[in-house]
Amino acid sequence: MNIPWLTALMVLPLVGSIITLALPRSRPQVVKAWALIVALATLGLTIAMALEFQADATAPFQFTESYPWIPAFGISYSVGVDGIGLVLVALATVLVPVVILAGWNDVDDQATKGYFALLLVLEALMVGVFSATDVFLFYVFFEVMLVPVYFLIGRYGGAGRTRAAVKFLLYSLVGGLLMLAALIGLYVVSAQQLGQGTFDFLALVGLDIDPNMQKVLFLGFFIAFAIKAPLWPFHTWLPDAAKESTPATAILLIGVLDKVGTFGMIRYLLPIFPAASDFYAPLVIALAVIGILYGALVALGQTDMKRLFAYSSMSHFGFIALGIFVFTLQGGSGSTVYMLAHGLSTAAVFITAGYLMQRNGGSSLISDYGGVNKVAPVLAGFFLFAAMSSLALPGLASFVGEFLVLVGTFIRYWWVAAIATIGIVITAAYALRLYQKVATGPTAPSLEGLPDLTAREKLPLAVVVVLTLAIGFFPGPVLEVVNPAVERTLEVVGVPAPDIPQAAPSGGEAP
Amino acid sequence: MIGTGAAMLSDSAPVLQPLAPASGVFAYLWVLLALPLFGAAVLLLGGRRTNRWGPYLGCLTVITAAAYAIALLVSMMALPADERAIGQSLYSWVAVGSFQAEFALQLDQLSMVFVLLITIVGSLIHVYSLGYMEHDVDRRKFFGYLNLFIAAMLLLVLADNYLLLYVGWEGVGLASYLLIGFWQFKPSAAAAAKKAFVMNRIGDVGLSLAIMLIFVTFGTVAFDSVFAQAGQASETTLTWIGLLLLLAACGKSAQFPLQAWLLDAMEGPTPVSALIHAATMVTAGVYLIVRSGAIFDGTAVALTVVAIVGVITMFLGAIIGSAKDDIKKALAGSTMSQIGYMIIAAGLGPIGYVFAIFHLLTHGVFKANLFLGAGSVIHGMDGQQDMRRYGALRTAMVVTWLTFMCGYLAIIGIPPFSGFFSKDDIIHAAFEKNWIIGVCGVLAAGITGFYMTRMIIMTFFGKARWEDDVHPHESKPVMTIPLIILGIGSLFTGAALVYWGDIVGWLEPVTGLQEEPLAIPTIALEGITLTVVLIGVAIAIAKYRSTVPVEPPPGNLLTVAARNSLYDDAINDALVVQPTYALSRGFVTVDDRVIDGTVEGSASLVGGVSRRLRLVQTGFARSYALLMVAGAILVAVVLVVVRLS
Amino acid sequence: MNPESYVVLACVLFTLGAIGVLVRRNAIVVFMSIELMLNAANLAFVAFARMNGNLEGQVIAFFVMVVAAAEVVVGLAIIVTIYRSRRSASIDEPNLLKY
Repeated sequence: MNIPWLTALMVLPLVGSIITLALPRSRPQVVKAWALIVALATLGLTIAMALEFQADATAPFQFTESYPWIPAFGISYSVGVDGIGLVLVALATVLVPVVILAGWNDVDDQATKGYFALLLVLEALMVGVFSATDVFLFYVFFEVMLVPVYFLIGRYGGAGRTRAAVKFLLYSLVGGLLMLAALIGLYVVSAQQLGQGTFDFLALVGLDIDPNMQKVLFLGFFIAFAIKAPLWPFHTWLPDAAKESTPATAILLIGVLDKVGTFGMIRYLLPIFPAASDFYAPLVIALAVIGILYGALVALGQTDMKRLFAYSSMSHFGFIALGIFVFTLQGGSGSTVYMLAHGLSTAAVFITAGYLMQRNGGSSLISDYGGVNKVAPVLAGFFLFAAMSSLALPGLASFVGEFLVLVGTFIRYWWVAAIATIGIVITAAYALRLYQKVATGPTAPSLEGLPDLTAREKLPLAVVVVLTLAIGFFPGPVLEVVNPAVERTLEVVGVPAPDIPQAAPSGGEAP
Repeated sequence: MIGTGAAMLSDSAPVLQPLAPASGVFAYLWVLLALPLFGAAVLLLGGRRTNRWGPYLGCLTVITAAAYAIALLVSMMALPADERAIGQSLYSWVAVGSFQAEFALQLDQLSMVFVLLITIVGSLIHVYSLGYMEHDVDRRKFFGYLNLFIAAMLLLVLADNYLLLYVGWEGVGLASYLLIGFWQFKPSAAAAAKKAFVMNRIGDVGLSLAIMLIFVTFGTVAFDSVFAQAGQASETTLTWIGLLLLLAACGKSAQFPLQAWLLDAMEGPTPVSALIHAATMVTAGVYLIVRSGAIFDGTAVALTVVAIVGVITMFLGAIIGSAKDDIKKALAGSTMSQIGYMIIAAGLGPIGYVFAIFHLLTHGVFKANLFLGAGSVIHGMDGQQDMRRYGALRTAMVVTWLTFMCGYLAIIGIPPFSGFFSKDDIIHAAFEKNWIIGVCGVLAAGITGFYMTRMIIMTFFGKARWEDDVHPHESKPVMTIPLIILGIGSLFTGAALVYWGDIVGWLEPVTGLQEEPLAIPTIALEGITLTVVLIGVAIAIAKYRSTVPVEPPPGNLLTVAARNSLYDDAINDALVVQPTYALSRGFVTVDDRVIDGTVEGSASLVGGVSRRLRLVQTGFARSYALLMVAGAILVAVVLVVVRLS
Repeated sequence: MNPESYVVLACVLFTLGAIGVLVRRNAIVVFMSIELMLNAANLAFVAFARMNGNLEGQVIAFFVMVVAAAEVVVGLAIIVTIYRSRRSASIDEPNLLKY
């Protein structure tokens, strides 16, 4: 059976988005319902595709399609996913219906059409960026994604939205340009080695690039990814963008789009520039560890919820980058699981924060809250769950990711893992401090009579909670899919894993 | 005492028992976890619909679990001693390359006693809570959290590998957080809950690093394979693992230097203090160390540190317990001190593991009894917790008084009651290993006698110092019946476990046992200990017999320090909390000014330059034309010059 | 053939046109001056094409004519619009398009 799954996954939301624009502006409910239907259909398609995925296949990519696009430059429309890509495509398609439902009333009726149309466009592009197997195509998606996000922040956000949107756009463009330069360099190298230049990912992986050249090209890609992810010190656009976005935008931005950075690291940097990756690993690890601790400490000192979440995400991105650059299977798989888990926990925190803000005049200042638990226990309960998910409570998805990253790190540099572990204490401190200030104590006067969640509001959170718990207790299916892809990547990098004694057969070995 | 019948057991190393597959009654081991988990899920997700019957469901699940646990015990006793370890693998949980962690349960003699303690004491406290929490609007949630706790605690003791244990470990932490902060509208309760969780997290750093080091050293995190290979690892590695595990234990069991959260944890409802912060959760650290005995056996250094931590905490807790006027805080100090005993016993190595668990069991019963008794008093006194406002309650609350006395006799170790057996065993073992620790143990026993007698006198004897509108009354049967059961348990658990249960022989396959000759005869040691305890009792009687002022007297330096919990909060604040917040504030400034300043600065630089450049755009078409002509002429001149040169 | 005189003529025409653009205020005159410059260029193109005996220069001259025609269409339309709204054909007056 040869269904163009991935193209269908992009076309469906794109067509859905165009139809959204054709719907009458005066009927916002119809627009929302339609957007939800499209998102759910895309999700259904993703699930059908995921069921077809062969975890133990030998081919690096599945569901591949390839059509020439600009043959003169060896550019083609090639898509396909490995385990890592599949997981992230799934994350994107799960979160879109969730945020549509959660952000049902985020914008006023006049703006509804454009908002939901942009969300659907973004979905198509997210699928594209995670499934491109042509580096140029990846670059195109990488840059085009900025457009809907720019409008989502700049048109529908808070008071400082224009400024935040421009900051986000310019910052991302700087990274994108560096990446474009490196991309052209890569093309030239491929033309020198193969006679005919190419952007095909697998062909590029097969190149034997001079290490010094690798180091230069690596930086171009790395800075773009480090801005996207964001790693310390390229992070300052994120707090502004997160603060001014609507919750739905923030979730897609931080939960999914920023994963393009870390996804790019594991998918493109490691296999294409193995020598440079090895060379720069200490630097990246240093940035990651700084990010973990710095992000957590700065989060501890925030007075604004959304900025706090942004810094906390930065801290978590530190873990993800750390896992990727220690070149161990546990680290790489852990990072991928963490990407997934972080997407879910970001959804949980921003959705609950969004509900809170909606009920309190749009304020995201922590000091404007207090005692929510007493008036809206269900909302406070979800808020606590979100905090727990962000501090990686064992049994939740983020724990699996975080612990595997730490194990993977410990294998190679035990002291780095030891330093990074301090982060989990600070994480607990800021997550619970936030919960304490928002949900406990005497109820703030402005929150008296605060309505608790409605069924429509509970549903998206329930989905996130169930998924977080399911991946926390049954990460098996995810790991099965991810492990081979990470293994393949690490084979290309070729840094041998440190020796771990093989486990003795369990039981029966009395001394 | 025990040594008499156990001579033949001496010097046996812990035997690594092969795990038998779960069959028969053991096949449903997972149900043990599932029952309370189901209760928690129904109560917490069911919402207000379950308000009416929810609490009863909560009790029912735990009681059923207790019944099942007893059935398990009976079946286990029927098995030969070396086939009592049962393993049940449910599914592969986290599997990445060589890192394999199964979701697998293990029930051996050690887990069995814990399961019994948790479910039986847990059931009694659930029933008691029906009365204690009767008027609380959120009592459905309370029972939900309690059930969640029971499930997590059972997972902690049933896990067959370190990673799964970690899930239970943090799970109980979460339940403890929720229950300490149960009355969240009180800022003090919310702060105490957060403090407990964060301090526990510091311990968890130790546990997670220990797990990583265990994996790197042994290639596995499953108990049986780790312990089988423990002998092959270098002593340095084992020492590190041991110290990291100790850090974890310090967090969970409120041992020095992570002890400060336990006193604040008394903000939770009293049944919570009884169940979590006395009988079960806080003893998880002892479980962890004893369970990892095979690792500690290879490292004298780590064991010594364990023992030292135990000694320090034993005294800290006892001193704090002697000065607090809040009945629950005094009991919390006592809990710290008693867990100190257990940690000491664990730090003695194979000599002491068994006795650590033995004391843990008896303590679990009598401390639950004491806390529930205190709860009954608080209930009867309309929430008053200050012992200076009690007095003469023995006539008003007869059942509470009598049961409290049972716990009292047990904890100070009057023969033949529980504490006598378990505490004297630890002191005995300590003298076998190191007489200094032994002497410390005897001294702390004396202080125990002092603070418990002080508590009894201030609460039940003397003149009534009640506040005006307080009319103490005996609690309802739903509270007193668990008290009576626990009271009887306090008196006889020790004897029962020694003479009928043969606790030493029961645990010996898991923990190993080793006995060494003792310089002084056992009976003399018992005599000395008892004398010291009685001296402590006598001092307390002398001091508090006459009058107890309602306002605390000034007191000497030590008393003041002890009333302030030996300044643990101030120390933590100065050493950790304030520096962290200072660092946080500093980084916020750096982030806004320096890092974002650079970004914004480069943006304003470009902006500034273009603001000046745009002045060229005057809007006069002819000046643009002039510029173009000038440019063209310039280009032409340059061309000519270049051509000519 | 000697293009010298043609080139000189082209230069003179071009200079006249450039001066016209710079000094005159009336938009129509400026426009005509621009045409003068274009045609000066055309003259040079054609002259050199003749000299070299190929057709490229003449082809380009045609292109210039086409472009000039298009430019006239757009330019005159703008001028007429401006004249309608401002009653003046001075190019110094509409200076709104500035910083």
